[in-house]
Amino acid sequence: MKFIAFVSQFAIPGFILFTVLYGAFKKVRVYDCFVEGAKESLQVVVNIFPYLLAIFIAVKAFQASGVFDFLKAGIASSLTAIGIPPEALSVALIKPLSGSASMALFTEIVKTAGPDSTASRLSGVIMGSAETTFYVLAVYLGAVGIRNTRYLVPVCVIADALGIVIAVLVVKIFF
Amino acid sequence: MNIVWIFLIAVSIVAATATGRLEALTKALFEGARIAVETSLFLLGIVALWLGITKIIEASGLIHHISSFFRPFITRLFRAIPADHPAISSVTLNLLANFFGLGNAATPLGIKAMRDLQSLNQDKHRITFEMMLFIVLNTASIQFIPFTVVGILSEMGSKNPTAIVLPTLCATIVSAVVAVLVLLLFRRLMR
Repeated sequence: MKFIAFVSQFAIPGFILFTVLYGAFKKVRVYDCFVEGAKESLQVVVNIFPYLLAIFIAVKAFQASGVFDFLKAGIASSLTAIGIPPEALSVALIKPLSGSASMALFTEIVKTAGPDSTASRLSGVIMGSAETTFYVLAVYLGAVGIRNTRYLVPVCVIADALGIVIAVLVVKIFF
Repeated sequence: MNIVWIFLIAVSIVAATATGRLEALTKALFEGARIAVETSLFLLGIVALWLGITKIIEASGLIHHISSFFRPFITRLFRAIPADHPAISSVTLNLLANFFGLGNAATPLGIKAMRDLQSLNQDKHRITFEMMLFIVLNTASIQFIPFTVVGILSEMGSKNPTAIVLPTLCATIVSAVVAVLVLLLFRRLMR
């Protein structure tokens, strides 16, 4: 673990160091090159901004509307019956929408249910194996201005749902 | 995305009206706008950093070494990327950054990869299969060690915070494979 943590910490500085030295060795004007590349980011972020705005407004509104509590109350009893802690479901539902909200929720679950409980472990596995899907979609599609996404969104939603099922099964097998 | 957005907005406003949370909802709308600005500014910084670095990689020719090393893996999945195209290295670097949990490098490199993939696109408004595959791999979040989660567990006094590492890795790999299979299934059905 320590070694992997070190590799992870060293990866970015090490990579940048290598790139800069390699560039200098190949007689590239490294500084000018860096500045020229960095300049492009303005246009990129200008393109992404409206997409991000749209998705964040929708997600925040959805969180504030109380739909989640409604959903949770509806599914909680049936989940408990088959041995899945209902807290983990909230993490699974919020993770695709908001990274910070799911992280806050996860911390809350660990606090109340205990760090070695099934609820915490299942939520942890979901946190690690799911992604903030709609943020990724907004940023990546916004960066290139794609309008026609064909079947991408249904694929992502189905894959997210299956991901939750897989996380539940894996935790059942391991613990 | 159109349908998703209509759904989120409509359901939220109707539900908030029904549960009497209209004030909180209005606040949340403006909160969303504020977070979008903050996130964009943050993105501006890290995207600039990585576009600067990748420019050096391209200008120094390092990109050819990265591409030729990872070409066998990448072109097996992304068949439409020609040999020695910049997309090979940006896709590779993004997937590696994801794998090692380096979020601040993964997103900018992913943006770069999307731009490189877009340069191969004939119809600039219509997504290509390669772009969809790339996004699906990113949303499956293949990650070696979930450091943040392990950190929280150990901070809260877990006896064995790393117990979730192996299950998470298994779950993330299986769900990535399943996600790609769903994508391939859709491609077959939509033909």
